[in-house]
Amino acid sequence: MSTSERELTYGEAIKEALAEELRRDPAVFILGEDIAEAGTTFKVLNGLVEEFGPERVLDTPISEPGYTGLAVGAAMTGMRPVVDIMFGDFSGLILDQVANQAAKIHYMSGGKLKVPLVLRTTMGAGRRSAAQHSQSLQAWYSHIPGLKVVVPATPYDAKGLMKSAIRDDNPVVILEDKMMYKTVKGPVPAEEYTVPIGVADVKRGGTDITLVATSSMVYVALDAAKMLDEVGISAEVIDPRTLVPLDKQTIVESVKKTSRAIVIDEGYEQYGVTAELASIIADEAFYYLDAPVKRMGAMNVPIPFSPALEDLTIPNAKGVFDMAKSLCNQS
Amino acid sequence: MSEVDREHWLHMYEQMFRIRAFEEQVNELYQSAKMPGLAHLYIGEEAIAVGVCEALTREDYITSTHRGHGHCLAKGASVDKMFAELLGKDAGYCHGKGGSMHIADQDTGNLGANAIVGGSSAIATGAAFASKRLGNGRVTVCFFGEGALGQGLVYESMNMAQLWKLPVIFVCENNLYNEYTHHSESTAGSMKGRAEAFGILTVEVDGQNVREVYETAGKVVERARKGEGPAFMLCHTYRYHGHHVGDIAREYYRPKQEEQLWKTERDPLTTLSNWLLQHQMADQGIFEQIESSVNDEVQAAVTFALNAPLPAPEEVSKHVYV
Repeated sequence: MSTSERELTYGEAIKEALAEELRRDPAVFILGEDIAEAGTTFKVLNGLVEEFGPERVLDTPISEPGYTGLAVGAAMTGMRPVVDIMFGDFSGLILDQVANQAAKIHYMSGGKLKVPLVLRTTMGAGRRSAAQHSQSLQAWYSHIPGLKVVVPATPYDAKGLMKSAIRDDNPVVILEDKMMYKTVKGPVPAEEYTVPIGVADVKRGGTDITLVATSSMVYVALDAAKMLDEVGISAEVIDPRTLVPLDKQTIVESVKKTSRAIVIDEGYEQYGVTAELASIIADEAFYYLDAPVKRMGAMNVPIPFSPALEDLTIPNAKGVFDMAKSLCNQS
Repeated sequence: MSEVDREHWLHMYEQMFRIRAFEEQVNELYQSAKMPGLAHLYIGEEAIAVGVCEALTREDYITSTHRGHGHCLAKGASVDKMFAELLGKDAGYCHGKGGSMHIADQDTGNLGANAIVGGSSAIATGAAFASKRLGNGRVTVCFFGEGALGQGLVYESMNMAQLWKLPVIFVCENNLYNEYTHHSESTAGSMKGRAEAFGILTVEVDGQNVREVYETAGKVVERARKGEGPAFMLCHTYRYHGHHVGDIAREYYRPKQEEQLWKTERDPLTTLSNWLLQHQMADQGIFEQIESSVNDEVQAAVTFALNAPLPAPEEVSKHVYV
């Protein structure tokens, strides 16, 4: 196998990005709960403490606001911390430090201070973890000016975007779908590369409908696109990869070409990422549309525990397929 | 008492007077409707900011609070850029985008005032963490009021500071009132005991006596600089004015006699000047000289700020991202 064909899981790609940046820049360090010997609850960081030591892969007390704030202060004074928040659902605990401190310090100081911080956290339902360990809260972060928000779908993007995030002088939030750490595998070159923040990716070309999908929903969209192929509908799948800054142009150009769009994100549908994306499409491609822009997000309910119920809350390929078909006037 | 000491105490008197004159001018700007928004005056508490900051180097860090003008000035900020910021002018420390509650000045180690009560405790601890990692020998002081003792973040920060022996000094300015509520109605148990529970070195000082503040701060700062860990300084003080400039009728939460007593019996400027006079280290003339010179400086600064241009509209979108 040549290096260009090398495959890594999503989790391995993230770990490799962190390891490379830890090697490259002594200012980088990682902190969070059970990230050192335990390698995180998802075992994504296994082995890093052995290479970099407990000072650079730092286990913290169970004090999410405290160690997030500590990272903000360290970032303001010469370090480049990567904060690990085990579950995105714990965002409620840290929002003051992220939204009121990290996001605003550069602006409030008239550009004098900066906060080069990366906040890694998880998203995604389907793990039977119930209402407080399953949410996809990227909309919360995307609402706050001053933060960049990254939602990589593939191992390649996860590694390249993580490296860009660590090198960025702004606070960057990366939401990783916990269900993809081990199950998603893909090509990741061994050679050095980065993926720029703010550039969407066409995951699949098509002509009849655009499926704009984020994170794990990219796979839902790709599965739906295959099903649509079989009924003669050609779907294009666009992955924004970063929600802030957003590559509007790639999305809008695609919809101008296909004239139809469905936006899919695993966050709650109400007031969510899908609403923002759909409104941009409606604004900027209105005269090209042959059908209303449709949105699919998580159901507006707390994520239930029972598999029979939980699975109902997440958009799936069949749902996207059905909606796409109806938009293309097939029933 | 050496000449050096004398000069240093007089310098501290000047700094305290500078803060007071600045704040009195702020109050006037508010009352004459020349200042947008509100401000939280530090008058009465000057000895803490000055005593602590005089124990720091210019490179050491501070984090401040909504009642932060005194901290900024004591750490070396200049009154003209301070006034300009309070008036929302482009010449202000933050181009008018921060205002009274968010003055930051990296040139003097000021990591910013914070309008979330207790909000900077973890940031200060993080700056201390970075200093330890980078080995730059800097100490960080986190100023906060006793109201912040209600915030969990303060205790998370203290825990990490002691756990990792970080060079951070938590300076609690107990001015008795959490906004409009006496601390006895909000704070159970012992204030000192909170930090002691973490094993943090805890000292209690008369926050109206700048000599006591300075000498105590000097000890805990140098201890932290040597790598011996954080400290908690509980400073007893009093806020002469209301919670903010608009808090005029205060008798529903504190009696006028109490305010009068602190002003006449425990004023930090008078306490220092009396001590210097008693020890024949100064005569009344020197204080008049200092006050007159600072008053001139403050007047020139406020004139500068009033005449300074407002930020251009395009400033609104600058500095959202680096």
